[in-house]
Amino acid sequence: MTAPAEPHGHDHPHEHGHAPHPPARPDTDDTLTYYKAMEVAVRELLIEKGVISADDVRRAIEAMDARSPAQGARIVARAWTDPAYKARLLADPNAAILELGIEPGVYKLVVLENTPRVHNLVVCTLCSCYPRGVLGLPPDWYKSRAYRSRAVHEPRAVLREFGTEVLDSVEVRVHDSTADMRYLVLPERPAGTEDLSASELAELVTRDSMIGVARVRAPSRGGA
Amino acid sequence: MTAPEAAAPRFRPGDPVRVRFADPPGHIRTPWYIRGHAGVVERLCGTFGNPEELAYNRPGTPRQPLYRVRFRQDQLWRDYRGPASDTVEVEIFQHWLEPGDAR
Repeated sequence: MTAPAEPHGHDHPHEHGHAPHPPARPDTDDTLTYYKAMEVAVRELLIEKGVISADDVRRAIEAMDARSPAQGARIVARAWTDPAYKARLLADPNAAILELGIEPGVYKLVVLENTPRVHNLVVCTLCSCYPRGVLGLPPDWYKSRAYRSRAVHEPRAVLREFGTEVLDSVEVRVHDSTADMRYLVLPERPAGTEDLSASELAELVTRDSMIGVARVRAPSRGGA
Repeated sequence: MTAPEAAAPRFRPGDPVRVRFADPPGHIRTPWYIRGHAGVVERLCGTFGNPEELAYNRPGTPRQPLYRVRFRQDQLWRDYRGPASDTVEVEIFQHWLEPGDAR
């Protein structure tokens, strides 16, 4: 945060007759690491040789960014309102999400149903495997070493930090996503939502509830 | 086109298994904290290319059966704070598993 010693090449108090400004952000807010340099080099070579185009790369990034937890929420709301769909979702998740027009991708999705007896929590201790196809990009904390190590070792403490208390009579089941499966938690439908439509329910379903660190809450009555 | 060679599944859901205690070099997708530990097969996920081979641009054959194995938390961590019913499930490739003790 300290300013360079002699930014102006002279020595005077930093007063220009206006309010002090915050320190300038560096022009480059990213460091070119070994692997970033390799990515740039390979990408440029592939484009130069005509294997892919810059537009292909841009479109792939756009498609990645377009996926969001809203897709997962739609799956959850449908399962809450359609028991037959829920049965298909638990039995063959990839086929069931395709029914909703959501492309499952190359990984096998596993849907984990939270019940009054089991609370499911998802982590990837080895890296940051995440059901991107249904939830979009993972939050930063999901990729942190703290979450990745603590979620398997002290899941109840982690849940408590997310504001989620799980009774000792309920099994906490942690799922370490280490290989070719991707996991989506089907949270419990909150009480008091019987009158809501599937699209209204989908709005209640948060990303965190589908990772398993939170529950879905009913909208507060008479709220603002 | 012939199907890629795949190893036949040795375990079924409910079977007790033990994760091999080994520390080979290279890309491994068996977390350290379950090596040497006993668990129970929850399900067979299918057969998949062996990541320890795929990581080095080799074909990953024979494809390995992949299981989800359930462990008791209080058996993994001596200082685990939570009820004995808490569990963790991990995906483990067959070549990391041995038959476990009958219980």
